[in-house]
Amino acid sequence: MTTHFIRSEMVPAQPAPHRTSGPILWLRTRLFSSIPNTIMSLVVLGLLFLIVPPMFFFLVPTTFGGHAIPFGLEPDACRVPGAGACWAYIGARINFFIYGFYPPDEYWRPNLVFLLGALLIVPLLIPRAPFKVINAVLFFVVYPVVCFYLLNGGVFGLRSVPTEQWGGLLVTLIISLVGIICSIPLGILLALGRQSKLPIIKTLCIMFIELWRAVPLITVLFMASVMLPLFMPQGTTVDKLLRALIGVTLFSSAYLAEVVRGGLQALPRGQYEAASSLGLSYWKSMGFIVLPQALKHVIPGIVNTFIALFKDTSLVSIVGIFDLLNAVQSAASDVVWGSPTQAMTGYLFAAFVFWIFCFSMSRYSMYMERRLDTGHKR
Amino acid sequence: MAALDGASGNPPKTTFYNDPVIRGYIYQLLVAVLVIGFFTWIVINAAQNLAAQNKSTGFDFLGRTSGFSISFTLIPFDRTSYYWQAFVVGLLNTLLVAAIGIFFATILGFTIGIARLSSNWLVSRLATLYVEIIRNIPLLLQLFFWYFAVLKAMPAVRDSLALPFGSFLNQRGFFVPRPVWDERIVWMWLALAIVVVFCFVLRRWARRRLFETGRRFPVFLTALGGSILIALAVFLLSGATVSFDFPELQRFNFRGGLELPPEFVALAFGLSIYTAAFIAETVRGGIKAVSRGQTEAAESLGLKEGDRLRLVVLPQAMRVIVPPLTSQYLNLTKNSSLGAAIGYPELVNVFAGTTLNQTGKAIEVIGMTMLVYLTFSLLTSAFMNWYNGRVALVER
Repeated sequence: MTTHFIRSEMVPAQPAPHRTSGPILWLRTRLFSSIPNTIMSLVVLGLLFLIVPPMFFFLVPTTFGGHAIPFGLEPDACRVPGAGACWAYIGARINFFIYGFYPPDEYWRPNLVFLLGALLIVPLLIPRAPFKVINAVLFFVVYPVVCFYLLNGGVFGLRSVPTEQWGGLLVTLIISLVGIICSIPLGILLALGRQSKLPIIKTLCIMFIELWRAVPLITVLFMASVMLPLFMPQGTTVDKLLRALIGVTLFSSAYLAEVVRGGLQALPRGQYEAASSLGLSYWKSMGFIVLPQALKHVIPGIVNTFIALFKDTSLVSIVGIFDLLNAVQSAASDVVWGSPTQAMTGYLFAAFVFWIFCFSMSRYSMYMERRLDTGHKR
Repeated sequence: MAALDGASGNPPKTTFYNDPVIRGYIYQLLVAVLVIGFFTWIVINAAQNLAAQNKSTGFDFLGRTSGFSISFTLIPFDRTSYYWQAFVVGLLNTLLVAAIGIFFATILGFTIGIARLSSNWLVSRLATLYVEIIRNIPLLLQLFFWYFAVLKAMPAVRDSLALPFGSFLNQRGFFVPRPVWDERIVWMWLALAIVVVFCFVLRRWARRRLFETGRRFPVFLTALGGSILIALAVFLLSGATVSFDFPELQRFNFRGGLELPPEFVALAFGLSIYTAAFIAETVRGGIKAVSRGQTEAAESLGLKEGDRLRLVVLPQAMRVIVPPLTSQYLNLTKNSSLGAAIGYPELVNVFAGTTLNQTGKAIEVIGMTMLVYLTFSLLTSAFMNWYNGRVALVER
C-alpha cells in the first residue's frame, strides 16, 4: 500500500504579474500618480493645447500645412490677412543679416573667415584631437591677425573695407571672439594678481575686478564710446568698433578673473608647495604646475562666461554698432517688406541664431563638466 | 672664522636683486608707477581735450534747469526742474522696475525651479524647456521682442484688449484700476503694523515654548489669520471706504485708472521672465545640493513630510540658494539699464543719455551713474557677507 500525494486537478492560474514598463504604466507613474499630479498634468495639457497649435500655424510655412510664408515669395504674400511668420523676408535679407553693409562682391572674405574659424575651432574643442598647442596658437594669435587683414583689406591688393561697413552676424562673432581671446590672458593675470601676496598689486586687481563687475555693460559701453576719445591724446581717433571691443574686453576679463580665481582656490595647497620645493620661480610654477590644473577645472565656468559675453554683444547695438540685433532691428522698418508680422519674424530669426550658438556652447560646457568630473574615480 | 660668522648671522642668501622680498617691492613700485603714470596721462589728455572743446568740469550743472520732460516719473518733473532732479527720477524709476521685476522673477523662478524637480514628466519637461529657451537668448532681444513685436503690435486704443478686473491693454500701455481710499484707511494700516509687531513677539514666544516644552504652536497660520481678521475688523469699524477708479474709454484715450506705459510693462515683464530662468536654476541647484541622507535622517526621526521639507531640507537649501539669488537680484537691477534701449526713462536713459547729451559732462555723468551701480553692488555684497556669516555651518 503506497500513498501518493499527487494533485489530481490543475492549480488555478495566478494573476499576471504587474507590468513594470509600457506606455500605460509610464502615463500612470509619470503623469497621473496622484490627484494633485493629475490636476497638474491636465492643466499643463490644456495650456499646451492653447499655445502649441497657434504657434505651429504661425511658424510653419504654407508648404507644410502652416500659415507662414516660405522663402522665395514676393512681399505681397506676407500682407495677406492671417499670414504667419514672413520667412520670405528673412530669405530676402539674409545677406544683410549676416554681412551688414559689407560689399556683396567681397562676401568671399567673411566667408573665408568663417571657414577658417570653423576649421580651427572644431579640433580645439575635441579633447582627443592632437596638436592642441599649435592649434591654440593658430586660433588665439594667428587667426585674429589674419582675420583683421582679410576683412579690413588694404593689403595684398585687397580692397579696403572700413569697419563701418562690417555688420550683422559677422560683427557679433568678431566682437565675441575678440572679447574672448583678449579677455583670457587679461583675466588670468587679474586672477593671479588678486591671489598675489603683494598688497599694491592685489588691491589694484581687486579694485579693477569689482568696478567692472559692479556696473552694467551698457554703462561700460557708454564710457568706452564717450570717454575713451576724451582720454586719448588730442587728434587720435579711436575706431567705433575698437571702442566697443575695448569695453567688452575689460568687462568680460573681470568676470573671467573671478572664474579663474575659483580654479586657483580649488587647487590643493600641496601643488603650490610642491612647485616651490622644486625651486621653480613664480612664473614657472604658475605656468607649468598651477594654471594648467586650475584652468582645466574651470573650463565649464569659462564657457559660461563666453555664453554671457556672446549674449551681451547684442548691447553694442545701443552705442550704434551694426551687429546682428541692430541689423534685424533696422531692417524691421524696411517698407518693401512692411507687413504685420515683419518685426516679429526678424526677432524670431535673431533669437534662433543666438539660441543655436548659446545652446551649443552650454551643451559643450556640460559635456566638459562631465568629462572633468573624475574626482570620485581615483 | 669669518665663514662661520657668516653662517650664524644672517647671510645674504642671494644677491639683493634676486631676493624675493626686495623683488616684491620693486615689482609693486613698478606697477604703482605705471598705474599712476597711466592715470596722469589720461587726466592730462582729458584736460587738454576739454580745454580744446572749451568745456569746463565740475558738478555745477546739477543745479541748472533741465529743459526736458520725462514721460514717466514718480516725483513731479517738468522742463523747469533741475538736472539733479532728473538724476533722482532716473534712480527712482530704476528702483521701481527693479523691485517689481525682483518680485515677479522670484515667484516665477521658484515655481519653475521646483517644477523642474517635479515627478510629473510634463511639468518638469515644460520647466526645462522654459529655462533652456529663455536663458540662451539675449535679454535685449527679448526686450525688443516684448516691446516692438508684442506691445507695439497691440490693438489701437479703440479696440483695446479687455482683461479681467477691468484692466485694458493697448498700444499706449496697460491700464489698470486704481484703488482710491479715504483717510480713515490709516487706522487699518496702523492696526496692521501693530499686528505685525505682535506677530514677531508671538514667534519668539512660540520658539521658547517649543524649546522648553516641546509643544509646537502654529505661528504662521495664527499670524496670517489674525492679521487678516484684525485688519478687516478695524477697516469695517473705522468706516473707511475703498473704491476702484476704473479706466474708461474716452474719445481718444483712457481716462482714470492707473496707466502703465508700454516701456515699463515690457521692461518689467522681460526682466522677470529672463531672471526667473536663472533663479529657477539656482533654486534647483540648491535643493539638489541637500544630500538625500538629510531627508532620510529626517524620515528616521519621524518628521512628517511638510516638516521634513520645512525644518530640514529648505534651511539647508537656502544656505546654497541665497548668495546666488542675491547676485541674480543685482543682475536684474543692472540689467534694468537696458530699459534705455526701449525708451523707459531709467537712470542710464535719463542721466547717461539725455543729460549727458545736453550738458556734455561725460566724465561727471558717467562717473555718477557708475557710482550708483557700484553702491548697489557693495550693498548686495555686504548683505551676502552678513547672510553667509549668519547661516555658515558651525563646525567643531
